[in-house]
Amino acid sequence: MLKIDTEKCTGCKICEKTCPFGAITVVDKIARVKDNCTLCGACVSSCPAEAITIERRQIPREELDNFSGVFIWGEFEKKDKNLVPKKVVKELLTQGRKLADNLEQELAVVVLGDGILDGFEELINYGADRVIRCRHKLLDNYTTDSFTNVLCTVISKEQPSIFLFGATPRGRELAPRIAARLHLGLTADCTGLDIDEEGQLVQTRPAFGGNIMASIISPYTRPQMATVRPNVFPCEEYNTRNGEIEDFEVVLSQTSIRTKIVGIEQLTGQKEIGIEEADIIISAGKGVEKKENLKLIKEFANEIGGVMAGSRAIVELGWIPHTKQVGQSGHTVGPELYIAVGISGAVQHIVGMNSAKSVIAINKDPNAPIFKVADLGIVGDAMEILPALIKSIKSSGLRS
Amino acid sequence: MNSDRLKNISDNQCKSVAKKLIQMKILICVKQVPEITDIKINPETGTLIREGVDSILNPFCEYAVEKALELKEKNDNAETVAISMGPPQAKSVLMRCLEMGIDRAILLADRKFAGADTWATALTIARAIKAIEGNFDLILVGKQAIDGDTAQVGPELSEILGIPQIMYCTNLDLTSNKKKVRGTREIETGKETLEAKLPCLISVSMGPMIRRIPSLNEILDARKKPFKIITSSDIDTDESEIGLKGSLTQVIKVFPPQLKKQGIIIQDSEPADAAKKMIEFLRERNFV
Repeated sequence: MLKIDTEKCTGCKICEKTCPFGAITVVDKIARVKDNCTLCGACVSSCPAEAITIERRQIPREELDNFSGVFIWGEFEKKDKNLVPKKVVKELLTQGRKLADNLEQELAVVVLGDGILDGFEELINYGADRVIRCRHKLLDNYTTDSFTNVLCTVISKEQPSIFLFGATPRGRELAPRIAARLHLGLTADCTGLDIDEEGQLVQTRPAFGGNIMASIISPYTRPQMATVRPNVFPCEEYNTRNGEIEDFEVVLSQTSIRTKIVGIEQLTGQKEIGIEEADIIISAGKGVEKKENLKLIKEFANEIGGVMAGSRAIVELGWIPHTKQVGQSGHTVGPELYIAVGISGAVQHIVGMNSAKSVIAINKDPNAPIFKVADLGIVGDAMEILPALIKSIKSSGLRS
Repeated sequence: MNSDRLKNISDNQCKSVAKKLIQMKILICVKQVPEITDIKINPETGTLIREGVDSILNPFCEYAVEKALELKEKNDNAETVAISMGPPQAKSVLMRCLEMGIDRAILLADRKFAGADTWATALTIARAIKAIEGNFDLILVGKQAIDGDTAQVGPELSEILGIPQIMYCTNLDLTSNKKKVRGTREIETGKETLEAKLPCLISVSMGPMIRRIPSLNEILDARKKPFKIITSSDIDTDESEIGLKGSLTQVIKVFPPQLKKQGIIIQDSEPADAAKKMIEFLRERNFV
């Protein structure tokens, strides 16, 4: 239940403005809670006097079964001024469908944004039974505070048994915030999701840089929460399916949003597809030796219609931005073709590209571990091989 | 917040200590991680056995320490406090923080803390911060630890403490009135800068490539700096909330990863021949 420390409360009314349900009112300079409080917790973190606390009791095991439904955060991104669901949302829907069928529960996707939100038919065709739309002008831009508040409200009202997020930069900062507010178990960066005999979600993830895999359950709390790595699960679209699109009432106040964007610096040059969505990736490592040599990698990438990425080593050298980093502390990629140039292939790198369909590795060191995962391994100097390769692609008109 | 700290001090004391008290306080939460990937698992609990494995300060935490020291220099000698939870051996990573220039260190070491998942860890650290430090202006954490790679403790900690967060920053600074912090981070389309009022939590994703080697003086100085070891009895907490008992997730199985099967390896061939082999491969799979 919600507790208000009347000695700490200053009657500032911030909680009143923050509460999505109008469940708090300030009377005689003291905040009071009404019966319609859902314990979403939005007020707790908004209170400057730390006067509000929530006592959450552990849910008895038998009550865990009252939670039903597999829910997915439908993260969107702007593409040519349109909002489209991220690829990982489709992957989660495909896998979520299997989990929901196994549990005989519904699959829902929750989308947050301003007025126009498109692409719902698509989400239904990827497996959703329900599309829950949360529309508000303050949801136009992502903020951790506003998205946490709204998703906590959705969870409190809908009581799903599973809630999944893409392990994108936003998913990974949003999910733990929600988990901590609602006192829920959360597993990061999963690469496997299954249901056990008891109907619990078994979440499998790599740890220790990918040296071991761990299967984890959240036995005491619902929903069972996980962030899931992009490019691990396939996405399968049905031709047509039936599903409902519904609106969820959102109440948000500017005062509950504590961060604001004060500067945006757009990358110059032509817009390149993100490495998480690329079909062909040419990835460079320390073995390319000089930053100038990246020009050759880039030229090859252009010839073959791919994008350039790299290992942690060259990101740390400042040769490429962090957004192009493949591996455990960077991005997980799942292209059709991954060409590793001068990358030795530490296990931390391999977990980031292990779901690539075809892998070519070029490295001077015949013992480089990258060769263990390569379909084609070439022991040699990439700076000699690539020019020959570019030449023959150009001359034979093999451009893709 | 600073005025609160001044409350209990008499007027004549005030002047002399005011300068020190008005100092900004930066907390840096750091983690000890294994240097080698020599993993052992406790078969009973399914958790990792960390004893007997060499350990280092997590690289991303080291970046956070560097950022804290930068801020300290730029902001009238702000006070910096490194906090870690771990076994007694984790003292070494806090000593490293002190050698780098951090002012004091706190180690949360208690057998009862063992086996904590991210929630129990964040809760324990939050309670310790409240009990031991009370007020603070900024918390810096590394983007993620290289052993667990969850990146969850930072956001969970900021939620429990009820403060905003700015994650994955490559750069950060205070506004001129020192009431707000600005963090810049890389996003897919470029960079964005976020601003939040203090107190706030920032996670740091970038720092200097080369690890700083402390001088002999710095090493000797570090030994004289305040170092507190805190157990569960020093913080307001119940045994059911901490360690394995307080964890909301449970590891049920640990196993080695499956890697792809090895393909064809070409050695000792001329660049032109190697290129030819690559073209054949690309053509077979319809990439060209």
